[in-house]
Amino acid sequence: MTVTARAMGEVIDRIDGPDKVRGVARYAFEQPLDHPAYLYPVQSTIARGRIIGIDCRSASSTPGVLMVLNQYNAPRTNIPAGQGELNILQSDRVAFRNQFVAGVIAETSEIARHAASLVRLEYQEEPHDVELHGDRDDFWVPSAASAQFPMELDKGDVDAVLTSAPVRLDRVYTTARQYHNPLEPHTTAALWSEDGLTLYVSTQGVSGIRDVVTALFGLDPGRVRVVSSNVGGAFGSKVHANPDVVLTLLAARMVPNRPVKFALTRQQMFSQAGYRPPTVQRLQIGAERDGRIMAFSHSSTSATSKLVEYAEHCTRPTATIYAAPNLRTRQLVTSLDVPTPCIMRAPGDCPGMFAIECAMDELAVECGIDPIELRIRNEPEIHPASGLPFSSRNLIGCLQEGAQRFDWEHRDPKPRARNELGWLVGTGVAASTYHALQQSGSMATIRADPDGRYTVLIAAADMGTGTWTALTQVAADALGVPVGSVDLRIGDTAYPNASSAGGSSGIASWGAVICEAAGQLRDRLGRGGSIPRQGLEVTARMPENRYASQYALHSFGAQFAEVRVNAETGEVRVPRLLGVFAAGRIVNPKTARSQLLGGMTMGLSMALHEEGVLDPRFGHVVNQDLATYHVSSNADVGDVEVHCLDEDDPYVNPMGTKGVGELGIVGTAAAIANAVYHATGVRIRDLPITLDKLVAW
Amino acid sequence: MDVEISLRVDGAEHRLVVDTRTSLLDALRERLGNTSPKKGCDHGQCGACTVLLDGRRVNSCLALAVAHQGAQIVTAAGLAQDGALHPMQESFIRHDAFQCGYCTPGQIVSAVGMLDEARAGWPSAVTPDFASSNVSADGGGSGVLVEDEIRERMSGNLCRCAAYANIVPAVKEVAGR
Repeated sequence: MTVTARAMGEVIDRIDGPDKVRGVARYAFEQPLDHPAYLYPVQSTIARGRIIGIDCRSASSTPGVLMVLNQYNAPRTNIPAGQGELNILQSDRVAFRNQFVAGVIAETSEIARHAASLVRLEYQEEPHDVELHGDRDDFWVPSAASAQFPMELDKGDVDAVLTSAPVRLDRVYTTARQYHNPLEPHTTAALWSEDGLTLYVSTQGVSGIRDVVTALFGLDPGRVRVVSSNVGGAFGSKVHANPDVVLTLLAARMVPNRPVKFALTRQQMFSQAGYRPPTVQRLQIGAERDGRIMAFSHSSTSATSKLVEYAEHCTRPTATIYAAPNLRTRQLVTSLDVPTPCIMRAPGDCPGMFAIECAMDELAVECGIDPIELRIRNEPEIHPASGLPFSSRNLIGCLQEGAQRFDWEHRDPKPRARNELGWLVGTGVAASTYHALQQSGSMATIRADPDGRYTVLIAAADMGTGTWTALTQVAADALGVPVGSVDLRIGDTAYPNASSAGGSSGIASWGAVICEAAGQLRDRLGRGGSIPRQGLEVTARMPENRYASQYALHSFGAQFAEVRVNAETGEVRVPRLLGVFAAGRIVNPKTARSQLLGGMTMGLSMALHEEGVLDPRFGHVVNQDLATYHVSSNADVGDVEVHCLDEDDPYVNPMGTKGVGELGIVGTAAAIANAVYHATGVRIRDLPITLDKLVAW
Repeated sequence: MDVEISLRVDGAEHRLVVDTRTSLLDALRERLGNTSPKKGCDHGQCGACTVLLDGRRVNSCLALAVAHQGAQIVTAAGLAQDGALHPMQESFIRHDAFQCGYCTPGQIVSAVGMLDEARAGWPSAVTPDFASSNVSADGGGSGVLVEDEIRERMSGNLCRCAAYANIVPAVKEVAGR
């Protein structure tokens, strides 16, 4: 079923806007709770070893302290498989520096924090291993279970072509450790009473949090309620339950009937909330002199923790983006005594496309071909790995529209050709792609009332993505009623189960189940039928997309960057970014544009600023705050232009949407790196592009 | 140690008891229940906690509550008066100058405070002529802040959703009035 668009496509201001501009929209830590207690953690000061002694006397005797939680008195938990990061205060083992090893519950946050500093731990330290080197011999092929694509791909005879191709390229690209750093830290408030457990968590998915919590503590799901109406940014770090949620629950268990509140400090965010791990990627391309790719090989390595396997799947876009008769991808991972990395905005695809799109720029230079023309020459007819047709694919349209808007025609391809008053000026281009994902398992309830109002209930999330507004638009069209007749309720496990906001799948998944429920409701009402006096309620399950196995479902885009590099200092400025995207139907052009320009700006931040610096002596990241881990500020960003092509895709889902949360960050860093090369003649293959790497000219 | 102080917040007088270690931000959020100013870093690095303290924008996480006995504080909740949004708040909605909304109250208070600073002739790091008091001019004395001035002056307020390209025109529109 395809839904007719009336509200979809309309520019509507955010429904949650008036509350958010006044600051009265409540986030997890801000729920009015009666007489809350406050929690503050104690973190390990070794990266690997065991705790052999803990002295809580001075902390416990501090006035206002309710309890000092530690491995001896904490409630026992059942750690679900693959969730080793949540295994806190259950044993004497320390798996990374800054792991939670104790916690103080107190009457005020000031008392808790001070008392936590009084807890003394004694360790038996063991040698730790915290650095990723490409020449390690302990890499393995990661489990493909959660990856939705093959870890190893072999098509044709890559090695033979790579040695005989007229043009050959062999390059290594590296990306830095990056932190999500949503402005709202991870926060939890928990109340454990006879009635059950109520949790306010800043999360991308309340249903997922409830499932983990019930498993951890062996609870009846019906007695656990998780609420998360507003989320102050997430970008992947809040998709899973993190140790701070567990620590809060351990505390709430010990002080029944008393709410316990816990917010990570910004510093703690750098050890407790995941990160994008550094990657080392090798790209080998063999091509004809006209730029046509004959063989393409992409390998990627990253490191996970000793607790959970997480691989940064950089080779995911490789098989999608360009035609290559001979194709090879390799994905490898090793483990270190570090916190567990996790998905971060366009996991895999974002650092992967940095490497691929820089390599394509290098290939264009090698072949003496315009980089846009090179990409057009390598456009595949069908998906190069699966052989499926694309449901829609408008990469060439994006490149051409962007070229026109960016005046690419008048670009002098010669590097270091423009010097404007001491600033070297250059432009670069890169492609974007992301899969159009739909997650299974969601349900939705729609209630029709005789006054013509419709209430839509689903445990979906809005972490700034615009769900409140866009999903209301989807529901209005699915029901065939005006937006003003729909009351959307999300962010609460009191509503039907929903998949998490991840993989840019939110609208595609929640929207599809709402369309299903609306269809059932309209069938029940019959044509022209009026709503019965007692109202009518329908609950539907997520339908399967029968086209998912018949088509390759992906969004595409083209990004253009103008950079200015100071000829004396190497300082890089980005006065202009342009992104042209083909991402199916755009439900709300205003909020979608914000998502895309936000992604592009985060891509700028990745290109120029972001790098968590690990101290190998201690195993922690030293720049663990927003002063020393710089994210783009207002003055770092210039004009950012976003344009979406009209794209009608009847195969992705009933709305025809592809998701725009992640597409915008894919390719930006490469466009900037390519522009830096054009400006300076210096090719930087190691992110971030800081001035020290450029002043060596 | 606990101390009793009084604060005037968004026009209402409050007497409250605070720990001498309590920041102005925590006093507002945890003692008075005014969660309009947000805690993003607690270190003066993100600006989410920006309030007007006796008329000037400050990071309330860096101020100790006991040091501000009798202070007048305006939060984003107090900028909206009698149910009507402040023009800066309306402009932020119109330009979609936010996504998650967590940095937003701080951005808006900061923008209001910043425009007062510019009107008073305070230069910024990008003001071409520090000696001139005409910093708000776009070169032609139109009274409209140039975009680079807005970017520079608003850089104490981080936005991880990265709505900067919408924040600048939102502020500029109000500045031009």
